[in-house]
Parts: sequence; C-alpha cells; structure tokens
Amino acid sequence: MAGAAERTPTRTEAPLSETDRRLLDAYQRAFPLTPRPFAVIAEELGLTEAQVIERFRRLQARGYVSRIGPVFSPGRVGVSTLAALAVPADRLEAVAALVSSYPEVNHNYQRDHAFNLWFVVTAPEAARLDAVLREIEARVGLPVLDLPMERDYHIDLGFALWC
Amino acid sequence: MNGPVPVAGLHPAAVAELDAVDRALIRATQAGLALVPRPYHALAERLGIGADEVMARLRRMQAAGVIRRIGAVPNHYRLGYRANGMSVWDVPDAQVAEAGSLLAESGLVSHCYERPRHRPLWPYNLFAMVHGRTHREVEDKIARLRALLGGRVRAWDVLYSTRILKKTGLRLR
Repeated sequence: MAGAAERTPTRTEAPLSETDRRLLDAYQRAFPLTPRPFAVIAEELGLTEAQVIERFRRLQARGYVSRIGPVFSPGRVGVSTLAALAVPADRLEAVAALVSSYPEVNHNYQRDHAFNLWFVVTAPEAARLDAVLREIEARVGLPVLDLPMERDYHIDLGFALWC
Repeated sequence: MNGPVPVAGLHPAAVAELDAVDRALIRATQAGLALVPRPYHALAERLGIGADEVMARLRRMQAAGVIRRIGAVPNHYRLGYRANGMSVWDVPDAQVAEAGSLLAESGLVSHCYERPRHRPLWPYNLFAMVHGRTHREVEDKIARLRALLGGRVRAWDVLYSTRILKKTGLRLR
C-alpha cells in the first residue's frame, strides 16, 4: 500500500462473486464486536466461519479490501489537516516524493488543478502538525494551503458500492 | 502565486478522552484485524489485556464517536472506481450547514467537510468527494449536486485526481 504510486492497469481477472460483493457491501460497517465475528457473519450469509475468513483473506490479498477494522472519525484521534501545494510541473516529481516521505503524510494525491498536490497530514498533537507543514513549506519553497476540517457532515447511508 | 498563505491556523487540540491503552489499541488496529477466528483475542494478546477489555474499549470509542465504524474498508480504486473528483463549493457562511447536509444526504458523495477559505487563492469552504467508474459518471453526479445546491452556490470546481502518490492508514505514534 505505502509508497509506490497506485496505477493499476485494467486486468483480466474474474469479477467478484455475488457472495464477495455481499460481504463487502454488508460489512463496511457493523462488523460484529463479538468473540467470533466471522462466525456471526457466516451464520448470516449461510457460509462457514472458515469460508468467510478465506474470502476476506482473498479480498484483502487481491487489494479489494484495504483492511478490516475500526475507522476513526477525522479530528478525533490526533490532529490532521488537508494541505495543498501549487507545484511547477518540472518540480512535481521531486516535491511529491519529498511530501510522501513524511510518515505524518498518509494521503498524497496529484490533482488536475493549479493546486496540483493534495495531501493529508496527521500528527498526535497540533505542534507536530504545524512543524511538519512549516518544514515542507521551507524545504519546497512554496506556500502550503492549510485547510483543516472545521465540520464533518456525516454520510449516514455510506457509499453504496453496487447500486 | 503571490503572498503568504496562512499556515496551520485552526487545528483543534487532540481529544483527551483517550488513555494510553486506547491509543495502543488504535495503533494495533491500524493495519487491520487479524483474519483469524478470534481477532479481538489476538489483539488482546498483543496488548497484554483481556479480550473483553478490547471489545469494551472499542465499543466505548464507537459510542463516543471516536470510532466511526468497524468494518471492511474497501479500496474504491481497485473496485473499479477509477475516477475521483474532489468537488469544492463556495457557499455563503449562513447557508453552509444546510448545503453540507444536502451534499452528505445526497447518496452521491463519500465524504463532506467544511474547511476554511483562503481568499483570494482559495474561495471554497465546502468539500465533497465524488467517485465514479468513469469521468463521465463523476460529471453526472456533480451536475446533480449542483442542481441540489441551487442558488446557494457562488462558485464551484472539481479537482480530479490524476495519480495516487501515497495512501496509507492513519499513523499515530
């Protein structure tokens, strides 16, 4: 996951089965908080516990699922911000690599705009976050647009994968 | 680009409601739960606490809103959602809450956040992520969002991602 640019070419491989889709769509939330969660899912889907684990393992190995686990609310664990830089084209690769090299940077996207580099910085406390932003600014010699989240509008229904 | 852009203006302090064990638990779950029959027991063993305590802490963090959800985190890009547009909107302050709720409830966006403007460089105060299998699909969704927001929109733009340079889970040390 980390590091290398993600540019998966279209592959010729079997599409996801109906069961895999159900697993993915149904368990983006409400993964059971019980001693044997996969057994609970298995019962709901009419599979065995081992089959559910094996399917999730394969979905994860093939990259369809990043991980199974808790998703933390933004701004509740540590502090974070969305930052942007307008980087001249001939410097983009070098600046992007420099930004990505910070462990505090967990997302870094190139976007089609004058502000062409967008990244999320997360740190345990505000002082470290500010230090990282100032350091990036100083090292690249470009102003960083700092856009911390002020309010999160909850997406209650989730984002339906298949509709 | 001219003039300084304010840096690091508005970061709220980290929430103090988490203790050291909570933080250790958060760190231990960043790579995901182990795909074994008893994943919470596996976590408990790593942390040197009981499985009941692991589940109770996760439940408490979820009730407190620190954990938004527990589940399979899909890789949208890998699932065929190759087009990703960050829609940005300039909405009058008095209408931003209403507009944000409309976007969030539209069923067309995966995230919706209010962020500060940095005029004149950056006039937009509302951000909503739109995913699609194609560029066209994203454009269609944006058109629907524009219609939904109507006269509240003073200006808007869409920033398509052209490359994912880094994407990892939350790092907390």
